[in-house]
Amino acid sequence: MAKPRFVYVTYIRTTPEKLWAALTDPQTIRKYWFGMTADCDWKVGSAWRLKFEDGRVADSGEILESDPPRRLVIRWRNEFKPELKAEGYSRCTMEIEMADYYPDFGGKAVKLTIHHEIEDEGGAKFIEAVSGGWPKVLSNLKSLLESGNVAFETKV
Amino acid sequence: MDLVFRALADGSRRELLDRLRAENGQTLGELCQRLDMTRQAVSKHLAILEEANLVATIKRGREKLHYLNPVPIHEIGERWIGKFERSRLQALSDMKKALETGES
Repeated sequence: MAKPRFVYVTYIRTTPEKLWAALTDPQTIRKYWFGMTADCDWKVGSAWRLKFEDGRVADSGEILESDPPRRLVIRWRNEFKPELKAEGYSRCTMEIEMADYYPDFGGKAVKLTIHHEIEDEGGAKFIEAVSGGWPKVLSNLKSLLESGNVAFETKV
Repeated sequence: MDLVFRALADGSRRELLDRLRAENGQTLGELCQRLDMTRQAVSKHLAILEEANLVATIKRGREKLHYLNPVPIHEIGERWIGKFERSRLQALSDMKKALETGES
């Protein structure tokens, strides 16, 4: 397996079950993913698609691993930008674990780690595109779970 | 957030973050190679960066890989920078970069 191109970590004051639900419920995803949502039953081997509000498919792939509420691995590629689609499939791993300490809070929190890697060599444009998006999506997800509100309604 | 500012207040630690930005996913050994710091010092700085969540690590076999985690810095930006200011700040920052490097 290729070395992950980036790893993002965020600590969220919530429970693993609530975080798993937020990562897999289409209505919740829409709230923090700038109106986009995923269409999937989250079972191993099932098709996964991320769709725009108007129904166009942004990304598509399949579920490689699904172990609620701990681990989710999705293999996907971009579908709407030819130059990104050409770079092929990526593998996104999401891991949820309880952390005994929360740097900003001092109490228990849930640690969400996201690794993203490209299957083939190259993939520079793809990685640039997704690495710009993840921090915003994760900030929104954290705000939503901790306060019920998102920081950004639309992409800035 | 105190941990993030404390971690960023040190030049050596910012240099380590710059190294990871240039090449993400380095081992302790790789990070030490091109630095004028002892292995012990690098290891101590990495621990402080990891505690502040500015560096994320994953284990790959026997190796521990270090990644720049920009999420806490993004949260700081979000706290003090309104979404409508972002494009103007980007324009200012592009202008500064162009003027200082002599590119247009």
